[in-house]
Amino acid sequence: MKRLNDLEYLKLNKFQAFWYNLLMFICAIPVWFKNVGLGIWRFIKSCGITVKNEVLDIGTTFAKGNWAVKLSFFLLGFGNLYYGQVMRGIMFLAFELIFFAYMFVPSGGLYWLGKCNWFVKGATVGTVQGGFEYDPIYDTDVWVAGDDSVKVLLYALLTVIFIVAFVVTWRMQVKQCRICMDIRAKGKKIKSGKDDLKSLLDDQFHKTLLALPLTGIIAFTILPIIFMVLIAFTSYDAAHDGYSNLFSWVGFEHFNEIFDFGGGGLGLTFGEILAWTLMWAFFATFTNYFLGMFVAIMINKKGIKIKKFWRTVLVMTIAIPQFVSLLYVSKLFDSSGLIGRVLGQIPFISNYLTTNHFISLWDSPIVAKILLIVINIWVGIPYIMLMATGILMNIPQDLYESAKIDGASSTQQFTKITLPYMLFVTGPYLLTSFVGNLNNFNVIYLLSGGNPIKGTAGGASVGHTDLLITWLFKMTLGSTESKYYLASIVGILIFLVVAVLSLIVYNVIPSTKNEEDYK
Amino acid sequence: MKKNDNNALRKKSLSIKASRRISNAIIYVLLVAITIVWLFPFVGILLESFKTETKMQTAYLFPKEFGFDHYVRLFKETDFLKWFINTAIMGVATSVLQTVFILSMSYVLSRLRFKGRKGLMNFMLILGMFPGFLTMILIYKVFSDVGLTMQMAPLGLIIVYCASSGMGYYVSKGFFDTIPKSLDEAARVDGATRFQVFYKVIMPLSKPIVIYTILMGFMAPWGDFMLASYLIHENSQGMSVAVGMFEWLSRTNLNTYYTMFCAAGVIVAIPVVAVFLALQKYYVEGVTGGAVKG
Repeated sequence: MKRLNDLEYLKLNKFQAFWYNLLMFICAIPVWFKNVGLGIWRFIKSCGITVKNEVLDIGTTFAKGNWAVKLSFFLLGFGNLYYGQVMRGIMFLAFELIFFAYMFVPSGGLYWLGKCNWFVKGATVGTVQGGFEYDPIYDTDVWVAGDDSVKVLLYALLTVIFIVAFVVTWRMQVKQCRICMDIRAKGKKIKSGKDDLKSLLDDQFHKTLLALPLTGIIAFTILPIIFMVLIAFTSYDAAHDGYSNLFSWVGFEHFNEIFDFGGGGLGLTFGEILAWTLMWAFFATFTNYFLGMFVAIMINKKGIKIKKFWRTVLVMTIAIPQFVSLLYVSKLFDSSGLIGRVLGQIPFISNYLTTNHFISLWDSPIVAKILLIVINIWVGIPYIMLMATGILMNIPQDLYESAKIDGASSTQQFTKITLPYMLFVTGPYLLTSFVGNLNNFNVIYLLSGGNPIKGTAGGASVGHTDLLITWLFKMTLGSTESKYYLASIVGILIFLVVAVLSLIVYNVIPSTKNEEDYK
Repeated sequence: MKKNDNNALRKKSLSIKASRRISNAIIYVLLVAITIVWLFPFVGILLESFKTETKMQTAYLFPKEFGFDHYVRLFKETDFLKWFINTAIMGVATSVLQTVFILSMSYVLSRLRFKGRKGLMNFMLILGMFPGFLTMILIYKVFSDVGLTMQMAPLGLIIVYCASSGMGYYVSKGFFDTIPKSLDEAARVDGATRFQVFYKVIMPLSKPIVIYTILMGFMAPWGDFMLASYLIHENSQGMSVAVGMFEWLSRTNLNTYYTMFCAAGVIVAIPVVAVFLALQKYYVEGVTGGAVKG
């Protein structure tokens, strides 16, 4: 479709303009997919080129290098030692020694790798099943421990990470030899260990600062997440907990289970929970956003007194720990709670409850959902109010003044100045808040607990107001029905939902594109 | 003719004034309503905690007999004091460690340029899309082997809260982004190392965000239920207030512990609200400054 220029566009009436925008949006979708595809292709291509260059570089280093460099291909750090970088050399050498020691000692790296049976369908993780054996000393059956699948998988994973680290270090070391060669060829001075240490507070300061947080993230986020992704391909559940019964690799079997919409599958339950999760996130985000903005505008209106008081009242809700206020409010709406009793006396509501045999408001799926969204407004408005206040103050006042002179009404001022500005600045925030609401465990779990219950799925009771995240939580609570593999699949699916949403939003919202714009 | 015009103008300005007065009046009514709705739960908790005549939920709000019975029972009959101390320790430790982690992460990503910076940020963005709770299954397994669950759960939780906290760098990065780059450059020209720039130039300017980060770290253990309940596993000695008090409102416990829950809620709220209101200024700066720029 032909793109109009500005003049032609302005000539269109409202209906035509809307139609034009809609068409342009639809036309843009294939282009968007094409761009994503091209991006992926370009990424693969650049990866290929990088690998090629690396291999070439390594080859020339080996060919050109002297005996020390050649030797350091096998004994790490030898090149550094030769060029006088004693500290680096010793560290590389020590790393290599530790690596090989770890790999080859009994019950070291190779031992765990061998026990893991990577992805072989039907094979167990770990090879020795524990069991009861007759013990003549005690004259009874005693438990003889076998492998623990969780442990086996964890150690095997750690070994793989260690191998990757070794390869990276090896490459780094070869590169350093190359750099040293080049510097020596030019006749310049090679950095000493003292220089290295000094640069950690200067040119390499980022390494010093990042060391601690990145170690934490690798150990407590990356490693567990890779582990859990692997679990999705196994049969890890309460019956096969790895210790009393080994669990085994099952491939994509469990993914089929969750997308199976037939009688035995979880497809329907999953679909329902996903639908409510998305609906909840949508309503929770936008009711809060617009009402919060409305409250901020009210408080900031000229002529309204004791602004600070109104603000502090709202901020109190942020200060008091959520579980106190949410649990209390949840009980307020219960059948024996204050508000629950009052509402129960209204004929319309009490009739509805008695005809459906509901005891409290929380027993009705629809009422519970509405209550959640309403109470969430109570939770969320203060945050938006604070943020909106800050942004409102940043809007240049002359915009409003010139609008007034041109005779714009206050509604026009709102729709033409305030709203576009807010939407532009808070675009990324809306996304994070939407994602935050998708995973809003506290509000749902503390208020309704996911109830009213509608059945069991994945070894946990599932309620009408359960989000994916609360379902995930219930699945892992360690009952005899817990299905960890399903929890991990649900986790992966949450990731996919969030990733797709973010991709779309990042492509639509202008303010996410330029990080440097704000400086 | 002239007089008429003037009259019309006066009438118009009067009507503008009147309409403004009406709209202001409506706003005041709304604001008062908001105040009542927002404060209702807090006043409710406070009043119910003084009801000595009952332990259950009642149909009225104001106590018939005022008294501190529930507060006394709280410390005599339950492990509440233990939970409170646990949570306070977690709060202090988390606030210190998290601040170190988050500030170093966000400082690096905001003010230093190095190879792989963009890649690192994108990677953490993607990593953040996984529900954080997923990691707990493995962490629980490992921690229970090492002995960091049950009564040792507070220690384990401190590690969990802090270790990955570097991923929450967005707000403070937004703050660092607003400090002019020319400051760094001037100091660098004068021969300062990057460390000196960090320590002597930027840190003194960053008081608001440091306090904001400390505040967030301190509040985290008070509000967290999910991770805490998972590691604590119903061991009363290792509970935080959130997990402990959650049990009190279960169907079976509700009629014995309801008023006690209110009393405990008041006690929990006092230190947190005190700290929060004292540092409110910095919180508002953090939310309004950093959050939107992310």
